[in-house]
Amino acid sequence: MTTEHRFTDLEDTAARLTAAGYLPDRPTTTVTFLGDRLGKPVLVEGPAGVGKTELAKAIATSRGAQLVRLQCYEGLDEAKALYEWNYKKQLLRIQADQDRAWEDTKDDIFGAEYLLTRPLLQAITQDIETVLLIDEVDKVDFEFEALLLEILSDFQVTIPEMGTVSAVRMPYVVLTSNNTRELSEALKRRCLYLHMDYPDLDREKAIVRSRVPEVPEQLADQLVRIVRSLRNLELRKSPSISETLDWARTLVELGYANVDEGVAQTTLSVLLKHQSDIEKALAHLQAPPDPSRN
Amino acid sequence: MSTVADGELTGLQQRVLDLVHALRRANVPVAVSDALDAMRASTLIDLLEREQLREALASTMVKSPSHRGAFDLLFDIYFPNRSTQPVAGEAADPDAEPGEAFDGDTHHQEARDIDQFLAELVMRVMQGDEAAMRRLAIEAVENFGAVRGRDGRVNFFAYRVFRNFNLGGLLRRLMTESGMDGDDPQNALTRRLMRDEFEQRLRRFREDIEAEIRRRQVEQQGADEVAKRLARPLPEDLDFFRVSAEEQETMRRQIRPLARKLATRVAVKRRRSRDGRLDVRKTIRHSLSTGGVPADPAFKARKHHRPELVLICDVSGSVAAFARFTLMLTHALQGQFSKVRSFAFIDTVDEVTRLFSGGDFTDAIKRLHTDAKVVWLDGHSDYGHSFEAFHARYAEAITPKTTLLILGDGRNNYRASNAWVLKDLKRRARRLYWLNPEPMQHWGTGDSIADEYARHTDGMIECRNLRQLAEFVERVV
Repeated sequence: MTTEHRFTDLEDTAARLTAAGYLPDRPTTTVTFLGDRLGKPVLVEGPAGVGKTELAKAIATSRGAQLVRLQCYEGLDEAKALYEWNYKKQLLRIQADQDRAWEDTKDDIFGAEYLLTRPLLQAITQDIETVLLIDEVDKVDFEFEALLLEILSDFQVTIPEMGTVSAVRMPYVVLTSNNTRELSEALKRRCLYLHMDYPDLDREKAIVRSRVPEVPEQLADQLVRIVRSLRNLELRKSPSISETLDWARTLVELGYANVDEGVAQTTLSVLLKHQSDIEKALAHLQAPPDPSRN
Repeated sequence: MSTVADGELTGLQQRVLDLVHALRRANVPVAVSDALDAMRASTLIDLLEREQLREALASTMVKSPSHRGAFDLLFDIYFPNRSTQPVAGEAADPDAEPGEAFDGDTHHQEARDIDQFLAELVMRVMQGDEAAMRRLAIEAVENFGAVRGRDGRVNFFAYRVFRNFNLGGLLRRLMTESGMDGDDPQNALTRRLMRDEFEQRLRRFREDIEAEIRRRQVEQQGADEVAKRLARPLPEDLDFFRVSAEEQETMRRQIRPLARKLATRVAVKRRRSRDGRLDVRKTIRHSLSTGGVPADPAFKARKHHRPELVLICDVSGSVAAFARFTLMLTHALQGQFSKVRSFAFIDTVDEVTRLFSGGDFTDAIKRLHTDAKVVWLDGHSDYGHSFEAFHARYAEAITPKTTLLILGDGRNNYRASNAWVLKDLKRRARRLYWLNPEPMQHWGTGDSIADEYARHTDGMIECRNLRQLAEFVERVV
């Protein structure tokens, strides 16, 4: 690994992530930096829409690396994640030279030409700086998790017909999880763990201001406060950062300079996706504070 | 380079190791490799930045959000914040100053102090001046939190501090002083936001006070001692019988994620248990792409029947917390069952399904005692009468598809058991389980007739914390 890609210290990490359009908080910066220095994968866990995937993209940008992304889903297997023999092409080949000896053909059809590389193999075989993003790793089956273990600890893949392929260059690995199930202890042990939650007031405000620069300071402050207040409620779907941004854009588009109950009533549907949540939110925002609570 | 292998541990490494041991004692699993990573991480960052060290250690040792609370607590104990330490003189002689606070003759002085103190506190909270608030938290502990023990040593306690002023009162005062005390609907929104902000700042203030008290205790008694005493069970291990309001809140927030995890796990199990019969149509369709060679056989999935669930819960004071969590969990898992019906009782029984079907559990729990008729005579648990009433009114609800769960400790206040109802219900239902939040060795002692009822069930299961509850629910699904 050449030195110019690596993060030199925490300030450097924070500055480069910020330059890549991602505003990190202290835990994020620390873990990102340690992931580089300890050479360990970073497992980012947290609710949907707090910027887990964005972090991986920002790391790639800040290191001038290519991003290889593996989107996980139920039933994802080696063939889709690692490599697959292009057996249709192999069949064609066998049929094309039927008169040749099998020994010759066999050596032919298990060559690189017939190998379809999938994201995991691709990430370790390329000789350029790479960030491997394994997105929503909680969705995969237990068997696949075991396969990931092998790759994440040794950075090598064994293909029976070809031999072992070792990493040309260690990729920076980021795994994200929405915590729909408990990942195995073994996988967690191989990773640095970062629990990412909704950002605090100032950071979310900064995010709104950087992503939607047209929002005046005062409006940004107010809308972030409202969103934060709503996240304290027990909603079916809490507003994520991207929904905050959507709401900010909506308010700017409609030309509102501040939010009152009327504006909230008409635009909350941008922020919340369930009718019952909207009703609850309106009641919450209008209810006279009850000092006996607490 | 390798500082770990040198044999002799540095002071920092010893501290990290102490923290690892304390975490393990608190049931947070920290593997040896995690501990090694933590040590390597600690060499890479600026040790003077305490928060960086905290995050670095957390990322290597804490692998689950529910363990983070325990970690932060223990981190504060083993790596106390030096910057909040008062001036050296005060720290060196803890008996000198705080002793005066309760010497009787200085009582008048103390009263005036607290008014001045509160005035400043209110001002700082309104300004949101965090540094000043932290200073005030230290002052509050110093002046109001001291208790002299029998051995003449001075100890500091949070409850002493909050006896002098309560945070609810402070919040009201803050709202009044910022002109937000009315209930003018015009600025309801502003008021709500203001209130949220103040609540947040006061919470921070309370945490500062607690941290300061811990710091002083560590100074007096050593880190290991305090860590042992403060260690609380993890949220999933909390005993239903002994949870504070705050812990209940933590547990409540775990219900939905827990339900989601259970649902995923069950779905995976179902998908795996194919019955293995070949799906000929699909296999042939697949084989077209391999020139008619069936290289990729497809199998049929088995159809699963979803159980129907009926819960009968004792919601009287002693077991209320347990009943609540079970109700919330089962209703959060509604999708996994073909039907969920729930009934609550104290000394008579009423159906409460509709309260939970809305999905707003906090509200449902609140209405459990107001909207449902669960009290008949005196509001003391009466299993016998409740079962009889259930049998008379709802026995038809139990069909051979039903899994029936009964929740309670079986403490019947020496009333008639009416165990024949259970016998009959068991005959009607597919399964009948009883979940008992009491430790097994207490069953059948005192007024508990748990063992009599147990004879008529398919199993009476000890269920004292969320972990056991989740294990059971997974089995039933």
